[in-house]
Amino acid sequence: MSATWLLPLPIVLPFATAVLAFLFRRGPEGRWISVFGSAVTLFLGVLLLIEVLSYGPQAAQMGEWPAPFGITLVADTLSAVMVVITGITGLAVAVYAVAEIDGDMEELGYHALFQVLIAGVSGAFLTGDLFNLYVWFEVMLISSFGLLVLGGKRVQLDAGIKYVTLNLVSTILFLSGIGLLYGTTGTLNLADLSRIAPTVDPGLMTVIAMMFMVGFGVKAAVFPLFFWLPASYHTPSFAVSAVFAGLLTKVGVYAMMRMFTLVFTQDIAFTHTILLWVACLTMVTGVLGAAAQTDFRRILSFHIISQIGYMVLGLALMTPLALMGGVFYLVHHIIVKANLFLVSGVANRIAGATELGHIGGLYKGAPLLAFLFLIPAFSLAGFPPLSGFWAKYVLVKASMDLQLWVVAFTALAVGLMTIYSMTKIWGQAFWKPHPGGTVPSLSTLRPGERMALLTPIGALALMTVLIGLFPEPFVLVAERAAGELLDPSAYIAAVLGEEEILQ
Amino acid sequence: MEVFVAIMVGALVTASVYLMLARNVLRFLFGLVLLSNAANLLIFSAGGLTPEAPPLIAPGADLPPAGVANALPQALVLTAIVIGFGLFAFALVLIYRGYQNLGTLDSDEMRLAEPREGEAADPLRSAEAR
Amino acid sequence: MKSSLIVRAATRLLVGLLLMFSIWMLLRGHNEPGGGFIGGLIAATGFILYAIAHGCRAAREALRLEPQTIAMVGLGVALAAGAFAAIPGDALFTGQWLFLWPGPDTKGIPISNILVFDIGVYLVVMGSVLTLVLALEEEV
Repeated sequence: MSATWLLPLPIVLPFATAVLAFLFRRGPEGRWISVFGSAVTLFLGVLLLIEVLSYGPQAAQMGEWPAPFGITLVADTLSAVMVVITGITGLAVAVYAVAEIDGDMEELGYHALFQVLIAGVSGAFLTGDLFNLYVWFEVMLISSFGLLVLGGKRVQLDAGIKYVTLNLVSTILFLSGIGLLYGTTGTLNLADLSRIAPTVDPGLMTVIAMMFMVGFGVKAAVFPLFFWLPASYHTPSFAVSAVFAGLLTKVGVYAMMRMFTLVFTQDIAFTHTILLWVACLTMVTGVLGAAAQTDFRRILSFHIISQIGYMVLGLALMTPLALMGGVFYLVHHIIVKANLFLVSGVANRIAGATELGHIGGLYKGAPLLAFLFLIPAFSLAGFPPLSGFWAKYVLVKASMDLQLWVVAFTALAVGLMTIYSMTKIWGQAFWKPHPGGTVPSLSTLRPGERMALLTPIGALALMTVLIGLFPEPFVLVAERAAGELLDPSAYIAAVLGEEEILQ
Repeated sequence: MEVFVAIMVGALVTASVYLMLARNVLRFLFGLVLLSNAANLLIFSAGGLTPEAPPLIAPGADLPPAGVANALPQALVLTAIVIGFGLFAFALVLIYRGYQNLGTLDSDEMRLAEPREGEAADPLRSAEAR
Repeated sequence: MKSSLIVRAATRLLVGLLLMFSIWMLLRGHNEPGGGFIGGLIAATGFILYAIAHGCRAAREALRLEPQTIAMVGLGVALAAGAFAAIPGDALFTGQWLFLWPGPDTKGIPISNILVFDIGVYLVVMGSVLTLVLALEEEV
């Protein structure tokens, strides 16, 4: 299949799945359409990645309007990897949702909203046009609003109001940034922007860059713009919070990585120093916030923030090694974080709550679940030989290479603090006897449900272990992605054609 | 012309920040509406304000005459208005539902999702919240 | 809440007019100002007027399908129109044209997937606006 169709399909297919799943929402067909659609989307993502790895960055012009006038879809290694990871998370959560989402939520259109969310995320990863990126952000946002309040529990409404209002502020800032950027450069095509940006007054560009930094910063939940995240991520259903935790903030990080390597590279000493401070403070505040929490999902929510810090750190250092670490972290984190939220859902199901004081005895009653929790939890904290160890190792090494001892120390210390939170969950939820005197057990679930809940958790845990044991191919891909970010000439050539570059 | 529009954008942003600093979520939402209008106006003026001619190409010609208005910002603003309209309609419904269920519009009193210290330990409360 | 006789009598006339106007707007948008978006809004206005005069339940019955379903079907139609470009081997959303009965000095009646896309947009806009407005109307 040629690039013209391979690029739009990971976006079109979830939309088509959404339409079908909505029309069949009253029966059991809807959920299986969702699972099947997610599987095909993943398959297409893998095809795209193979294409990009063998022939370099690919571009497709929608409606055959040539760049920079039409809407361009571009996939370099980073985009393609992110699309594959989106597919993996989407499939895992779609399978999990079969057992978790009840008939009422399905009738309100849960599966359709979920697929639209996946389409929005893939669109944001694949687009090569800034305004189009805004549109995908909105697609993602509106479906996430729906998913967040679906079910209509009071606590969800409370969380929904905070999530919706603060995210709207961020998109408006992003939109204003787009307006200013268009006013100064006269184009919104990312590749074209990258060509024109050096000719514009650098002071003006830095001001615009700051607007983007704040706009994307809210999306990515960096310090001090993260307050909407711990207020909302623990309230929706577990499948929803897993896909939010895995994908949504990472789109913000991706957008930052893209813009601050492709377009805003005029004053790296200024912008990336700010990013460096932001990264360190994000790591520290996130992990300290987690230490103060006593709810399974709220602890995990704060850990998302602290881990976002590591990814931004990779971008802030801006060396090949650091960017490689950032990309590797992005991939590893999506898998691990989505998995931990899925585990918390099973724990809630069999032990009856997520508040750590009210549950316990999971190690005794459900050793399999305990084992499946330990893998992503240790990986998050950075234990060898799991995936998180390599991700952290590379980032610490990159900061030491630049002799940023404080940064390296912060990264290591935050890793230690992560272990503290994970042992808190372990001690309270798994080791301590259940306060109700019962022993929670997986056998209380129906066999079909057990399969649907545990298969995605097991598969994601297996991937964590595989990345940890055989990191080399993943590191090579991440290295390639980082190389393309630092030298975007292949990306620009794919979009605008070779001869444009020479002019 | 651009100066006046710029001052207008500034005035809108000022008013919206004032509104958004209120604790009342409805006021916050009105602030957001103003802010999004300011952003739309900003895009519109960033494309250059040319009152001379509409961007129409005469029959037989390949290019529009010089000095025509830039059509792209208008398309962008239109898209942004449509998206903004949908989002605000949703937010309004959400806040109304929130008001019905939580009984308040004061953001400081919306503490269900983030209970104060000690409140979370009360199983009855958290059971009711669930 | 009972609406006045004048509103109900006028609605009978206006709803039909608005719906016809919306379709005219949709078709006109092919080459002139108009199109699926504005057409969908006008159609939604017609049903909202009906809901004001006769209540939301009557409006839902008049729609026959749920507004969400209309919106999703519209999304499907728009997608299918875009994907149709695959058959001649063009990129997604490339315009495909067919001219029926071309005469010596006319091009013929143009048929295109762009019109189908616009019909999809019409349905999406009408469905989603009605979803929101009816939900609000029933709440308050």
